[in-house]
Amino acid sequence: MTGIYLIGAFVLAGLLIANRNAILNNLLIIIFGILQICFTIYACYNYRSSFLEYFTFDSLGLLLLMTLSIITIPALLHSYLYIRRHDETPQSRAIYFSALVFLITSISAAYLANHIAVIWIFTEMTTLSASMLIYHHRNKLALEGTWKYVFICAISITFVFIGILFLSLSLQHAGSDDLSFSNLMAYKDKLNPFWLRLAFLFIFTGFTAKLGLVPMYTAGIDAKDKAPAPAGALLASVLMNLGFVGIFRFYAIVAQTSLFHWANLIIFIAAVLSIFVATVYMTRVMNIKRMFAYSGIEHMGIVMLGIAAGGVGYYAAILHIILHAFVKSGLFFQFNQLYRTFQSKSIQHVGNYFKYNPAGAIVLLIGFISATAMPPSGMFVSEFLIFRSLFEGNYIILLIVVLLLLTIVIWAFGKNILKILFLPVPGLDESKIPAINPWESLTQYLLMFGAIWLGLNPPLIFVELIQDTVKILPV
Amino acid sequence: MTNVLLIIFIISLLYVSIANRIITYVRVLALQGFILFGVTFLQLKDIQTWNLVLILLETIVFRAVAVPMFLAYLISRNKITRETEPYLPHFISLIIITMIVVITVLLANSIQDTHLDKIFFIVSLSTLFTGLYFIASRKKIITHVMGYLMIENGVFILSLAVGNEMPNLVNLGIMLDVFASVLILGIFLNKLGDVFKAVDVDQLSNLKDY
Repeated sequence: MTGIYLIGAFVLAGLLIANRNAILNNLLIIIFGILQICFTIYACYNYRSSFLEYFTFDSLGLLLLMTLSIITIPALLHSYLYIRRHDETPQSRAIYFSALVFLITSISAAYLANHIAVIWIFTEMTTLSASMLIYHHRNKLALEGTWKYVFICAISITFVFIGILFLSLSLQHAGSDDLSFSNLMAYKDKLNPFWLRLAFLFIFTGFTAKLGLVPMYTAGIDAKDKAPAPAGALLASVLMNLGFVGIFRFYAIVAQTSLFHWANLIIFIAAVLSIFVATVYMTRVMNIKRMFAYSGIEHMGIVMLGIAAGGVGYYAAILHIILHAFVKSGLFFQFNQLYRTFQSKSIQHVGNYFKYNPAGAIVLLIGFISATAMPPSGMFVSEFLIFRSLFEGNYIILLIVVLLLLTIVIWAFGKNILKILFLPVPGLDESKIPAINPWESLTQYLLMFGAIWLGLNPPLIFVELIQDTVKILPV
Repeated sequence: MTNVLLIIFIISLLYVSIANRIITYVRVLALQGFILFGVTFLQLKDIQTWNLVLILLETIVFRAVAVPMFLAYLISRNKITRETEPYLPHFISLIIITMIVVITVLLANSIQDTHLDKIFFIVSLSTLFTGLYFIASRKKIITHVMGYLMIENGVFILSLAVGNEMPNLVNLGIMLDVFASVLILGIFLNKLGDVFKAVDVDQLSNLKDY
């Protein structure tokens, strides 16, 4: 089935790029949506089994694959609306949808890969397809964003490759040459610590470009800003999870060796610096999409804090990354309607959104409450558990610093969102504001309430999957 | 013989650091391609023949001929001026790259490892950091790309060091090279040349937070 899915999806991407007919285009997208859902259901029924040697339906892959498939449906729907509204030429429509299908397929395959080189290959493919999406508008700014994204991702992917080479050197000391995660886990005691240390540094640095941590976070911000919002929603949620998968699977092996505390230190430094950087930019940022993107950097910092703190933090980190994907993609889907109302990305030209589109304004409000982790949002639960793990791990000073930074983030985020929602813009020509169909916000409501439900009252199977994911980590 | 080639490779890095014209960079990249061809031929002994032929073809056709020719074509088509326009004087560049080489030699000497030929480690790591230094210290986007290609060459040397045990990793490195070069050079440098008239990094600062 994995083979059918991969071949089918790539064939669909090829057909989409060759096809110029609008109806056939929509039909192919629907077929891809069905294929994606069928594959996810199939994966659920074949939990823990391996396919094509390089893919395993394990708990982490399954959780994130389900998240991806749930976000795929609104992403395809909003992409359809976006392309229809912008009167795109058949050619640019074909490239957009083909790249979207290619991106979703590559991410799914990378989630399920059980071999570090296979994850690496599919990460490369996501760079390729994401760059096509970022370049969609084909103007000067889009080109600049694409260039920066491609260049930084190319360097990071090279870094990951260097890390894999060091890992292979480390593994040679154990007398083995199979780089699958299960084999690495089996030889964990014999790995050479020196090469393993270098490998972790390079692989971690490389995957931060996708995850959105210091030092390679910059490219992702421009990418999410310049890509069309439905594609930006994928870049800001599921693509970041891909970086997390890459780091987490390798971290799980390093955590079993003598480098456990050293690796945690590296993660702590990167995470706190990310939260700091996000805080500084959040107070200054005037571009709404970039504000959402910086909020993503902050959340990834919190997730990695949970991983490094250990204990209940492992569980909370996985929960947080899933909830973040729902909330952030919802906010990006909503951004499109906001942009259509005001025709501007700048906070200065946007205001009193409640008056023009109440349904969308409530989405923004719930999204704000979730993204700042206020109760009763689901992310409050996960963030609270991460803080508890920091407290239990005796990282009190770190906790205080992070809490102070997060307070500033809440202030900056709140100041901007409340202005968007309530403050009227002087000199706004109200006759030009189009009426937005409230039904377009339905998908965002589902995503937001899904995040709240999963956080406050998670189903038993969901909890079991997360616990199965984190049980390979040391307590 | 391998050692001689790798030492010539390091000398080419020092030469690039004081080069004044962009076309010199292109020539050095071509030279590095030929050196890699030689090193591959001498180093990879326990590998299947067809795989070796593939790797050799990639180094000679792609790295030594196609990419430098395409770079030269881009330079003439986009009317990029000859100067490399470094932020720092050449003398300081030379000192910095010498320091990079010295530090990697010292680092490599602290490693006790029978599985690795140390010279591969030294050459690849110094090439990696030299490439990063070029990206940071040169003004033109095309020199950034060349810095990246140099990093690729360094990574390829490191993959050759483990190539006899894990030939698949060398193939992966080739895939990375082809993928990144085609993506960076083929699509976007072409486009960048059309849209931005003089291809300087200073022009790529329009994406702002406000």
